[in-house]
Amino acid sequence: MARYFDVKRQTGFATIAIVTFVLLYLPIAILVIYAFNEGESLANWEGFSLRWFVAAANNDAVKQAAWRSLVIAAFAATFATIAATMAALATTRTRRYRGLTFKYAMINQPLMVPEIVTAVALLIVFSQVKVWTGYSGLGYLILAHTAFCIPFAYLPVRARLENMDLALESAAADLYATPWKTFRRITLPLLQPGIVAGFMLAFVISLDDVVITEFVKSGGQDTLPTYMLGQLRRVITPEVNAIATLFLALSVLIVTAFFFINRQKA
Amino acid sequence: MPEPLRVNERRVAVEARNISKVFGTGEHALRALDDVSVGIAENEFFTLLGPSGCGKTTLLRLIAGFEFPTSGAILLGGEDIATLPPYKRPVNTVFQSYALFPHLTVAQNVSFGLEMLGKPRGEIEARVAEMLKLMRMEQLANRRTDQISGGQAQRVALARALAPAPKVLLLDEPLSALDYKLRKEMQLELKRMQAETGITFIFVTHDQEEALTMSDRVAVMSAGKILQVGSPRDIYDRPAERFVADFIGETNYLAGTVQGVDGGRAEVLLKTGGRISASYSEGMTPSGEVTLVVRPEHARAVEGAADLSGAVEDIVYFGTDTHIHTRLDDGSAFTVRQQNSRNAVLPFARGDRIGIVVGDDAAQVLRD
Ligand SMILES: Nc1ncnc2c1ncn2[C@@H]1O[C@H](COP(=O)(O)OP(=O)(O)OP(=O)(O)O)[C@@H](O)[C@H]1O
Ligand SMILES: [Mg+2]
Repeated sequence: MARYFDVKRQTGFATIAIVTFVLLYLPIAILVIYAFNEGESLANWEGFSLRWFVAAANNDAVKQAAWRSLVIAAFAATFATIAATMAALATTRTRRYRGLTFKYAMINQPLMVPEIVTAVALLIVFSQVKVWTGYSGLGYLILAHTAFCIPFAYLPVRARLENMDLALESAAADLYATPWKTFRRITLPLLQPGIVAGFMLAFVISLDDVVITEFVKSGGQDTLPTYMLGQLRRVITPEVNAIATLFLALSVLIVTAFFFINRQKA
Repeated sequence: MPEPLRVNERRVAVEARNISKVFGTGEHALRALDDVSVGIAENEFFTLLGPSGCGKTTLLRLIAGFEFPTSGAILLGGEDIATLPPYKRPVNTVFQSYALFPHLTVAQNVSFGLEMLGKPRGEIEARVAEMLKLMRMEQLANRRTDQISGGQAQRVALARALAPAPKVLLLDEPLSALDYKLRKEMQLELKRMQAETGITFIFVTHDQEEALTMSDRVAVMSAGKILQVGSPRDIYDRPAERFVADFIGETNYLAGTVQGVDGGRAEVLLKTGGRISASYSEGMTPSGEVTLVVRPEHARAVEGAADLSGAVEDIVYFGTDTHIHTRLDDGSAFTVRQQNSRNAVLPFARGDRIGIVVGDDAAQVLRD
């Protein structure tokens, strides 16, 4: 047998692993279980029921917040993916040069700047803009979400591009394809899995956002997460659990779909 | 100085005129090609041969249009194409990495160029079928390109580049990724393809044997310059420069002084004693101290005195031939290669003094 450092054999490994998994999954499991509680309590099990799901489905505020979340995520993920794809093309289709690392850092800014800082900054800027323009619609949220989704859309597209042989584009040009045809027929189809992955990642990240949304939204612009946050400050009923459970199911669905699409096309 | 429009009585397909290519600027500037001029005839199998980094790929990329020359002109059928983008040049490339489109089938790869040219559907299908037949790949038409072997990928790359019937086909070390046996097969295949299609092939290799066996003419390159252009025989028998002689085959060098020049031949008094007559390349007038080259198989070892004399240092048997390593009287080494036969036994052994006959027209004066 080869002798190598096997972390699994170290004392404490099993304990740490178990504690970690318990911390990760137990609270979620409890949340999901109590979504099906008959009673109003989050602590006492009073039998199985779907009443809180029904309540959530009949709650107009929930439906509106959910719809708003989906609209914002759809627009933001689309814009972010377009911007990220262009950025990825620009930063990989070039020789390494001084300042390129700086550009990567610029593009990935939202990953490094604390979200609360961006949130406060946007709040200040947008409140001015609202005064000037008089516009106070969903545009601000879409814009803010687009910005912080860009790095998430950028990373998979760039990874895909970096694995793509540049000679393929040369070969297309050599075979009489104009730059646009080369992009349409060669680059884009080969990039597609990266673009789909980037879009889905951006979509989920946008759906999930609380901090920036909370600061940027105007009155009556709750998304599902900020709506839930608002509810928690008042009476807590398993309705929140039911909403969270649906939300979880949606996220898992998207991420799973993304995983399969990616594997198929790889 | 305009180049002649014909090479060996054939029309010129591609011509590079005083091409220089500099990468980078300032202290990082790198002169990848330095005032290169060469004409390549229609229907010619032309090879660029040289060590790694000498600029072979750069010259191909300039012809294909992936790079633009720093100075000079590239003429295709007499027209300057130096500023045309690659997709407007009737030139196709077989890439070293093949660069087959992974999301397309074999047949779709082959049809790509024809589609981009906007050929009618029926014509494309007929042409693709014809190319696949030429490559003996009919069964693989609908395979994905990651489901075929290296040799097959090579053939698809060739079919894809030949399908639009380019004026010139560029091949950048297309065989270097193949194993020895497949390589030999593909060498023959490429020759056959070139003969059948009549397309000008510009072939890049750093394998001298490949260059000699496949080419109509070879250009030997070093450090961004073309040192010599000629038929494989020319290049081998009459290397113009030490680099060419060294790069191709084994070589003996003889130092001497020119005594006189007459009718394309120089009389040279050798440093080791003896006189021989040597040829020299056009355009030079040998004088003073010169170096001659003699290929080992163009000399013969004999008993007694001859053009040269020396002591046998080693005799190495190779099956088809024997290498006799000698030390000449001036201290330089000289190797003779002699064909073996069943009953001939060498009449001398290590340590014996022997004579060496340099064949008629075996010695060549090097430039510089
Ligand atoms: N785009 C580029 N930028 C900078 N330098 C380059 C570029 N392309 C080539 N070079 C340099 O130009 C020189 C010639 O390169 P080239 O690729 O033509 O060599 P080659 O003869 O094809 O070598 P090989 O046999 O290794 O393929 C090399 O020194 C190389 O580093
Ligand atoms: Mg090369």
